[in-house]
Amino acid sequence: MTTALFECRNLTKFFPIKHLFREVGRVHAVEEVNLLIPEGGTVGLVGESGCGKTTLARTILFLIEPTSGQVFFRGEDMGTYSKRTLRRFRRETAIVFQDPYSSLDPRMLIADVVGEPLAIHKMAFGEDRDDLVLSLLERVGLKTEHLYRYPHEFSGGQRQRLAIARALAADPNFILLDEATSALDVSVQAKILNMLNDLKAELKLTYLFISHDLSVVRHLSDTIGVMYLGRMVEYGTREQVFDHAEHPYTRGLLAAAPSVNPDDRDRPRDVALEGEVPSAANPPSGCRFHPRCPNRKPECENVRPELVDIGNGHLVACTPS
Amino acid sequence: MEAKENLLVVDKLTTQFFTYGGVVEALDEVSFEIERGEIFGLVGESGCGKSVTATSILGLVAKPGKIISGKILLEGDDLVTKSQSQMNHIRGSRIAMVFQDPTSSLNPLFRIGYQVAEPYIYHQHRSRRQALKDATKILVKTGLPDANEKSRNYPHELSGGMRQRAMIAMSLTCEPDLLIADEPTTNLDVTIERQILDLVKDLQREFGTSVLWITHDMAIVAQLCDRVGVMYAGNIVEKTDVRTLFRDPKHPYTVRLLRAIPSVVSNGEPLEEIPGSVPRLIRPPSGCRFHPRCDRAMEICSTVKPLEQEIGRGHVVACHLYGGEGEAA
Repeated sequence: MTTALFECRNLTKFFPIKHLFREVGRVHAVEEVNLLIPEGGTVGLVGESGCGKTTLARTILFLIEPTSGQVFFRGEDMGTYSKRTLRRFRRETAIVFQDPYSSLDPRMLIADVVGEPLAIHKMAFGEDRDDLVLSLLERVGLKTEHLYRYPHEFSGGQRQRLAIARALAADPNFILLDEATSALDVSVQAKILNMLNDLKAELKLTYLFISHDLSVVRHLSDTIGVMYLGRMVEYGTREQVFDHAEHPYTRGLLAAAPSVNPDDRDRPRDVALEGEVPSAANPPSGCRFHPRCPNRKPECENVRPELVDIGNGHLVACTPS
Repeated sequence: MEAKENLLVVDKLTTQFFTYGGVVEALDEVSFEIERGEIFGLVGESGCGKSVTATSILGLVAKPGKIISGKILLEGDDLVTKSQSQMNHIRGSRIAMVFQDPTSSLNPLFRIGYQVAEPYIYHQHRSRRQALKDATKILVKTGLPDANEKSRNYPHELSGGMRQRAMIAMSLTCEPDLLIADEPTTNLDVTIERQILDLVKDLQREFGTSVLWITHDMAIVAQLCDRVGVMYAGNIVEKTDVRTLFRDPKHPYTVRLLRAIPSVVSNGEPLEEIPGSVPRLIRPPSGCRFHPRCDRAMEICSTVKPLEQEIGRGHVVACHLYGGEGEAA
């Protein structure tokens, strides 16, 4: 059986809203999320903007300290980590961000951009480092002569390759892909997605993939979590979530995603999501989704549904009808 | 077979940018026509000339750029020859535009209601009070919740989706003949995007407006447009009605582009890639601009620019695979 690389239990993160030194409210960014990231798997997180996908991911990596709850890395509670252990842990994880234009320092040579993790973790020096950087560049499909160039000389797709090369530098086990293909064109995106899949198989990586593009998430992930206003509303395998979605929010999200088949345009949609995501500073009571839910019941306003296993590990947080 | 009249005819439009690095051949003899009341999609990857097409039509090509040749006929009237002040009257009243980023295209210092009312005051010389009243009416039509109250808000007080609704309201104030939408849903969530697409469809039906919808997203094309032009490196390589495009694409670029999209029923099989990358438009490839990346390229492709061929009813392809003698480059 696969083991859990990361496991979070009741992970919660509130951001205080301050007005003159006084806390006047809290943004409920992530609330009581339980998530298991199996070693060698790819977990996809989907949801609209502001639903807490990125905050959850950063809390898992301990870049943000959780308000409450725990994160376990290989079974160890990360809250107990010393600075030194945390640094060792950092070596095993990496992030690829959405916008390759702002995630690469424009004043650094590619050799330094990609080699920086090696320097920080004191893994290689001098020529060794350059050799390693070269092999990384090759691995992501870039050439030797790119070594002494600056980021502005590269196209968007190439920059994302550089960001991936940098992420791979310290030989991590886990990579967080935060909207890593969202800024790319379709044909470039196809190449990057294929490359990510190849790298994963070759280097036995684990991915946490965040995206608002459902077809991309489906393409890359084997397990998917759907978030709404800081809470996990549905969780299961790709087939469970995409083909047998149970939560009304997931269904609405899937129905809203435009299909590439023009014959679908006149097909009546069974679920259309009205309105917008409410503010996370003042979330609705009970089920967070009830004001937009097409099949809400009176009790939804008061009862907060828990994630329930409806079979084979397919978890849904919705009051049963 | 001229059932409907053409509202806009773009004929061999060539726009170039004269930069220090050389001449950027952004548009190379682009031709298409938009019928009255139809939604025409212009689809392609970044840098293929979609937005330059829009700015050329509006007469807003920025400084180092210039329309070199070609015609842009709005009901037979050539826009290329118009003066700035004539264009000022056409923009906003007969052709309106919705931009990609509503945050940067709304003025942060004015209330939403006033910004929507401005075309009424400027183009239709209504009184300020009347214009503001009418602006609220049109905001209601675009489905802005509490339009009365929201029209007194400033742009930063609205969400992205609401701002885009305000932008659409603004563009529809003078009931334009043509609405140009340049990737208006790119920054929005899918659920909001869907609401905006439905809104545009409804309003287009109600007002009978023609729409030029610019996007990089094939799925939006499939769901919204009547006819489509596929752009690659400053050329329209294929244009046809939307169903034919998805069922029976002919140009090798269209074929491969459609295959590169991960589908919602995907199970993680590798995606098909298009080798190489989009060429720079300073000294673009000779002949067919796609030939260096084309898997079906022939000898003729590198020397002769393919002409547009009508290979089926209204299905036009610019590719040597489908015959045509072409012209020497």
